[in-house]
Amino acid sequence: MNIHEFQAKEIFSRYGIPVPRGIVATTPAEARTATVELGGQSVVKAQIHAGGRGKSGGVQLVHSPEEAEEAARRMLASNLVTPQTGPEGAPVQKLLIEELADIKKELYVALTIDRGHRGPVLLVSTQGGMDIEEVAAQDPQDIHTEPIDPLLGLMPFQTRRLVRRLGLDTVVAGDAAKVLQALYRMFVDNDCSLVEINPLIITGDDRVVALDAKINLDDDSMFRHTDLMEYRDISQEDPLEARAADLDIAYVNLDGDVGCLVNGAGLAMATLDVTTAAGAAPANFLDVGGGATPEKVASAVKIILSDPKVRRVLVNIFGGILRCDIAGEGIVMAYRETGSTVPLVVRMLGTNVVEGKEILGASGLPVVFSGTLTEAADAIKNLDV
Amino acid sequence: MGILVDETTRVLVQGITGREGSFHARACMAYGTNVVAGVTPGRGGTTFEDKVPVFNSVEEAVSQTQANMALIFVPPAFAPDAIAESADAGIPLITCITEGIPVQDMVKIFRYIENKPVRLIGPNCPGLITPGAKCKIGIMPGSIHLPGRVGVLSRSGTLTYEAVGQLTALGLGQSSCVGIGGDQIIGTNFVDVLRLFDADPDTDAVVMIGEIGGAMEQEAAAFIKSEFGKPVAALVVGASAPPGKRMGHAGAIITGESARAEFKIAALKDAGAWIIPTPADIGSTAREMLKSNNLLN
Repeated sequence: MNIHEFQAKEIFSRYGIPVPRGIVATTPAEARTATVELGGQSVVKAQIHAGGRGKSGGVQLVHSPEEAEEAARRMLASNLVTPQTGPEGAPVQKLLIEELADIKKELYVALTIDRGHRGPVLLVSTQGGMDIEEVAAQDPQDIHTEPIDPLLGLMPFQTRRLVRRLGLDTVVAGDAAKVLQALYRMFVDNDCSLVEINPLIITGDDRVVALDAKINLDDDSMFRHTDLMEYRDISQEDPLEARAADLDIAYVNLDGDVGCLVNGAGLAMATLDVTTAAGAAPANFLDVGGGATPEKVASAVKIILSDPKVRRVLVNIFGGILRCDIAGEGIVMAYRETGSTVPLVVRMLGTNVVEGKEILGASGLPVVFSGTLTEAADAIKNLDV
Repeated sequence: MGILVDETTRVLVQGITGREGSFHARACMAYGTNVVAGVTPGRGGTTFEDKVPVFNSVEEAVSQTQANMALIFVPPAFAPDAIAESADAGIPLITCITEGIPVQDMVKIFRYIENKPVRLIGPNCPGLITPGAKCKIGIMPGSIHLPGRVGVLSRSGTLTYEAVGQLTALGLGQSSCVGIGGDQIIGTNFVDVLRLFDADPDTDAVVMIGEIGGAMEQEAAAFIKSEFGKPVAALVVGASAPPGKRMGHAGAIITGESARAEFKIAALKDAGAWIIPTPADIGSTAREMLKSNNLLN
């Protein structure tokens, strides 16, 4: 789960990580008042769940309350499109109005789980404020990595080593080490999958301040962080993806017109690949899961059918835990409830396949049955819609 | 016969009285698997299916039944404890089916078991099966398997069934099939299983099914190139996945160039693996591979 910058900074503050003074605004008038409160100048930052805001007009330095109001009006008026949002952009409903920072040095800090190390790693770089992927590609020697033993935690010698590698003056070294330690505590306590500060700055008066803040939370840990669920902002999610997530269905919205209903993530990816190879374009990834009931299958089918892009549906069920008859019942239920006439190609194998096909065959739905994956992909491509 | 599990495997099921655990324990027993014990804390002293004794702890179950393998069906919040309990009791092989264990729990469990004499398969995996030994330890439909000499290994569940289904349809039987799991942090990776297949006299060739995310396929490619002595046919799914989106599996997410399918396929091709062009061609590519290596009888 992604959260906003202002929310991440709330968590930072709880752990004693210094952040600039900031006020959340939802209207141009509030942005103006906030700027007055911050001394007449501020930085207006659009709150969306995507990076690349700076280059896309989502962050603006303003020198007067009037200018802040104007910037806020502009940002709140339309979706913000950044290199990470896709062409439709993300809606801007909140702004973070922050005091200006006196930047002497910009650093990069991140914590994540590294699969190779099978544990957390802390990354730092002196190239703060830059796109870190570019730094990694061009100056890999400028990124310093510290693998952490999760049973020991981040040890003081490790933070000292990183601070040394960053070439920080002794005046700020202690504070920087404290920030790194606090960051790791926060990462563990909240089951973060990623924490990123870009940039972490050293100010003119030698303070260490997190100028930006990004936190991703591990979806699988949310059962023990019900308090953090309050940070969820559905307006930043694709509406169909949000609906699927609430039903515990793995769903990703794509660009094509073939709605896909599959059980199992690997088979679902494979179904997209075969469909694409046949010359058709999938509208979505969907894994309905193992222990699904007819109701859950029906909910999944309704999500697919409510996508206006979908003109045909491909069903690929390898019955195991999920029985084919359950899948068949669910599909029929969804079509009856929605009155949809979108044609289907159905491929079923495994547990109770005969019953599953009988249910669909007797339903009167526009179904074409296929045997192999290739036949199914060809059938969906050749479907006249 | 078979890698990891065979006729001598004595299975203990953790979570045997739960909905998933009881359903699959029954299916494993019906296939022929020797399920010797169940463990559900608080339910000790009862009997599962009038046959399998249920214990309160793994420790007791091992001492009473000499179980040598644990199969875990415990909800994500309790699965890390279940894995650690079996490792502590000295069980040498654990497979954890559970999906959705928080990643920060798994990194600790991995460190805990790392220096113990135990191998963990999974989590978030379908388990493993050796059809010739009638030994199924997991959630795969047993009926699609055919005893034979092709090893199957995969990060996925249903896609493994698809692979097995295609092989069986062409009469190509399987020596052992192992689903290693779709999570970011898993106990056993491709290279570990390839090593076992390499040493297994009952395996002639391997079908390996990878996906986007991480770098396990590249590690496998390096191993295939330098050490592996048997033919491999490889498929990598997820070529049509957009970057940054989790495709069902927690581990199936493109976070950088090297996590993309194209990159992994190129590495496997360079290593001399037979590349399976699309998921529809698993069986036919495997047959071609076996034929050109004179392994079709």
